[in-house]
Amino acid sequence: MLRQSWQIFLKDVRMELRGKEALNASLAFALVVLILFSFAIDPTSEQIREISGGLLWILFAFSGVLLVNRSFLREQSNDCLDVLLVNRVPASALMLGKTFANLLFILMIEAVCLPVFSVLYNINLFQLPLWLIGICLLASWAIAILGTVFAAMTVNLRLRELMLPVILYPMIIPALAAAMYLTNIVSVGKVPEGDDLIWVRLLVGFDVIFTTLALGLIDTILVD
Amino acid sequence: MFDKILLAVGLTSGLYLVRNLYTMLLVLPDEAAQGMIYRIMFFHIPSWWTCFLSFLVAGIASAVAIRSKSNRADSLAVAATEVGLAFTFVGLATGMIWAKIIWGIWWTWDARLTWAFITALTYAGYLMMRNMIPDPSERLRVTGVLNVFAFASVVICYKAIDWWRTQHPGAVMSFRTGGGNIDPAMEGMTYHNFIAFLLLCVVMVTLRLRQEETLREIEGLRRLAYSR
Repeated sequence: MLRQSWQIFLKDVRMELRGKEALNASLAFALVVLILFSFAIDPTSEQIREISGGLLWILFAFSGVLLVNRSFLREQSNDCLDVLLVNRVPASALMLGKTFANLLFILMIEAVCLPVFSVLYNINLFQLPLWLIGICLLASWAIAILGTVFAAMTVNLRLRELMLPVILYPMIIPALAAAMYLTNIVSVGKVPEGDDLIWVRLLVGFDVIFTTLALGLIDTILVD
Repeated sequence: MFDKILLAVGLTSGLYLVRNLYTMLLVLPDEAAQGMIYRIMFFHIPSWWTCFLSFLVAGIASAVAIRSKSNRADSLAVAATEVGLAFTFVGLATGMIWAKIIWGIWWTWDARLTWAFITALTYAGYLMMRNMIPDPSERLRVTGVLNVFAFASVVICYKAIDWWRTQHPGAVMSFRTGGGNIDPAMEGMTYHNFIAFLLLCVVMVTLRLRQEETLREIEGLRRLAYSR
């Protein structure tokens, strides 16, 4: 199964890197929103330090949805999805491969946006780089796994671009809230401790619970 | 016969509510700190319990539906979700009225309130999604999975007062605190109203379930007519 996941992952990454459709659009969108923030709040004020985590994760959630929306859409032409499933690729392998591909795309967006945000708003987000990377990995996984499952659910809908955010955002709020809170603390150079650790536990718990649920239920969505 | 039982349950619920209103307004005294507004809790807390239970039933029904491809279970899931959502809005509205009087604001973004709001949005998304999938078997699978996922927000909402320090009051019922936080007469009143709400909920879910079954039959007949 892992080998098949790896193949799907490679295929999706290769397809995306050749066309760069979703990646470019999502990156351009993210940068535009980054600029829009400067009109919403005074970019030179201290206030932005306290809300940087919130702004960033709203941004990543929005651009993440643009990315995951594409992942099953790619398989729609020529009925690729059916062909894959008929050829006994387990639905869970398919989902896992796509989730890892989406995770990589989201991380790529973050890798560009975090330094740009740091420079434009004069905040050093990288005071605790390992914590920041950990938060990014955990929260991006949450967006990727739930995004991929819900993209599989909505792929046949006429209004899929509209429906995916409507059902996805309420579900990922716990992970986003945790990521926002932790990014805020880490960006001022404070190591999360004591009461802050509940957010770390929430983030890890969220990932474990929803990954298990997704792996258990994806067969129902795609195969039956 | 079944109709008569349903009517009887509905009437019992109505009479029970009237009896409860009499007790809470004319028998029970005002609360020491909050005055008379505390009585809205007799509607607020039971409506949340009823909505949590409805969502639990909907979640289990959805799991059964996707496991055994049962259309009936799917109908039960949608019926319970709709009724649960109605009780969610009752809970939100009563909570907001209480908050305006006690806190001076309609809403605050603490964990409990936020998750209550998220729960309402999640289940509203489920109902919206159902309208968008015309094929019944695909609808059963996809929205069934969504309903199982959605139950996570109910669990978080229920446990939020334990996990975070919230402005929303903590647990007061003796089955969660071991007693001593609420007068037994007031606690008893809450349970009485819960039973009345639950009976009402059963009637509403049953009626909605029947509608859903009829709708399915009509859909089937329509497909048959088109295929001829």
